[in-house]
Amino acid sequence: MPLNNYEYFLLMPQIIIGVGIVLSVLIEIYTKKSEQILPWFSIAIFFATAFYSVFNINQNFVLFGGMIEVGGKPAIFNFIFNIGAALVVLSSIDYLKKYGTYFGEYYILIQSSVLGMMVMSGAKDILMIFMGLELMSICFYVLAGINRKKFSANEASLKYFLLGAFTTGFIVYGIALIYGATGTTSIQNLVENFVGYSSNIIFILGMILFLIGFSFKIATVPFHMWVPDVYQGSATTVTSLMSTTGKAAAFSVLIIILSAVFSFNAPNVFSPYFATISALSMLFGSIVAISQNNLKRMLAYSSIAHAGYMAIGLAAGNIFSVAGIIFYLAAYAFMNIGAFTVISIVEGENDSRTDLNSFAGLNAKSPILAATMALFMFALAGIPPLAGFFGKYYVFIAAIQSKLTWLAILGVLSSVISVYFYIRVVVFMYFKDATEDFKINISPYSLIAVVITALLILVFGILPDTLMNVITSVLH
Amino acid sequence: MSLIPMEYYLILSAFMFCVGVAGVLIRRNAIVVFMCIELMLNSANLTLVTFSSYLGNSIGQVFVFFVMTVAAAEAAVGLAIIIAIFRNKKTVNIDEINIFKW
Repeated sequence: MPLNNYEYFLLMPQIIIGVGIVLSVLIEIYTKKSEQILPWFSIAIFFATAFYSVFNINQNFVLFGGMIEVGGKPAIFNFIFNIGAALVVLSSIDYLKKYGTYFGEYYILIQSSVLGMMVMSGAKDILMIFMGLELMSICFYVLAGINRKKFSANEASLKYFLLGAFTTGFIVYGIALIYGATGTTSIQNLVENFVGYSSNIIFILGMILFLIGFSFKIATVPFHMWVPDVYQGSATTVTSLMSTTGKAAAFSVLIIILSAVFSFNAPNVFSPYFATISALSMLFGSIVAISQNNLKRMLAYSSIAHAGYMAIGLAAGNIFSVAGIIFYLAAYAFMNIGAFTVISIVEGENDSRTDLNSFAGLNAKSPILAATMALFMFALAGIPPLAGFFGKYYVFIAAIQSKLTWLAILGVLSSVISVYFYIRVVVFMYFKDATEDFKINISPYSLIAVVITALLILVFGILPDTLMNVITSVLH
Repeated sequence: MSLIPMEYYLILSAFMFCVGVAGVLIRRNAIVVFMCIELMLNSANLTLVTFSSYLGNSIGQVFVFFVMTVAAAEAAVGLAIIIAIFRNKKTVNIDEINIFKW
């Protein structure tokens, strides 16, 4: 336990973002050119936070009387959240200009939601989980409907809000029951006495409500019904933020709440639950995605399937599966942000040109977009040597170690199914002639974001050990 | 207070929670659905306060303040979203807000 004054230095990532939010509000109010300043200011804040977290990864402490953890695992999550958000902001600059829907709040809300995620990933008390979750979710409800004149955005926002708030009800009631059974909200206590609590019916009930709530947030079947509508209706850049960093934050909480299982080999009483939802999500997501013509909607179903693959790690419940999940989340964040950014470049006004037909003959119009999109599709399908393959590989290996071979086999099967709809996009881009005549204005900033994500996927795919060594060194 | 057994409060709050869940699933007016969600949050608050009182520590009561704050923030955002919908479509019926199909 460090000295009290020192605690604030260790909490610097959260403080940087907090100060950044306040300054962004002031910039938005007092300057005329906030549209030019705010995106770059947000990106600077995100990079400062990400690199501060990574450079202090070994300073692993629990601060403020066991409330929040810094360094270690939270540092890796902070890196994923902040780099992801920085890339999303980079791709939003011209996207927002294209539709004339610039609001300064957009960048401020992204910063607030990232602060919420960082609180979630470092939480050492259920209260912190709850506050971080709500900070993130409420920002996402607004972001989903940021284009308030468009009815599809309104609908996405309302659906996300109603189901998200419904979920919050489950989570809070679950927390209340966990508190009743344990007498405290400290996660340290939960970890130490997990085996004893596992036979308490109130505790089990509370945990199940809590896990159901988070199954909504990570978008697994049967709690997935909001995902396609919300992902399709929201602005494309917002979707890329929600589907990657939001999912990573929810998984970080599941890893924290079950850390007794992962790190201390407590019996995984919730394994059947996670095995069921992961099997359902993988198969449902992969099969329904085949029938989709809208790319955003297809990626929404693919996101359900990916949540299923990651949930295999939760069902396996050993230290190796945590490393696998974190690697998968990082890889998924970059490949999905890349894919959505390509869609946002091609997209026309009023949600047009997000269909598969609009991507026909993309190679002739813009070879670099077609090439990067093909790369993202191969990575999402899990074709080696790209990052997506190693994410799946690590998670499946963890499942086999925990004697869940049937789940790993189901995962491989549904990956095979999913190859069909990912490759179909590549076929459309390269082997079909354009059916719609339009010119693509490639914005330089979005293109930079696409290229960075593509490079990251290649690096993590060819040298998976670079990331994996960091993750495993932190977990031990 | 001590005359009434803890179970009574828990049963009441569980009942309130179920009413809230049923309301969300059955009702079609967005505002009524939202009220049912608030009912769910309040039943959780009642549970927290009950446990806090009978366990003799104050964590649950502090938690309730945070839940109420979050519920207020959620109400602000939620009602704004419902107003935005109403301006565009002149309805708050969930069944009529369905342009997305699979």
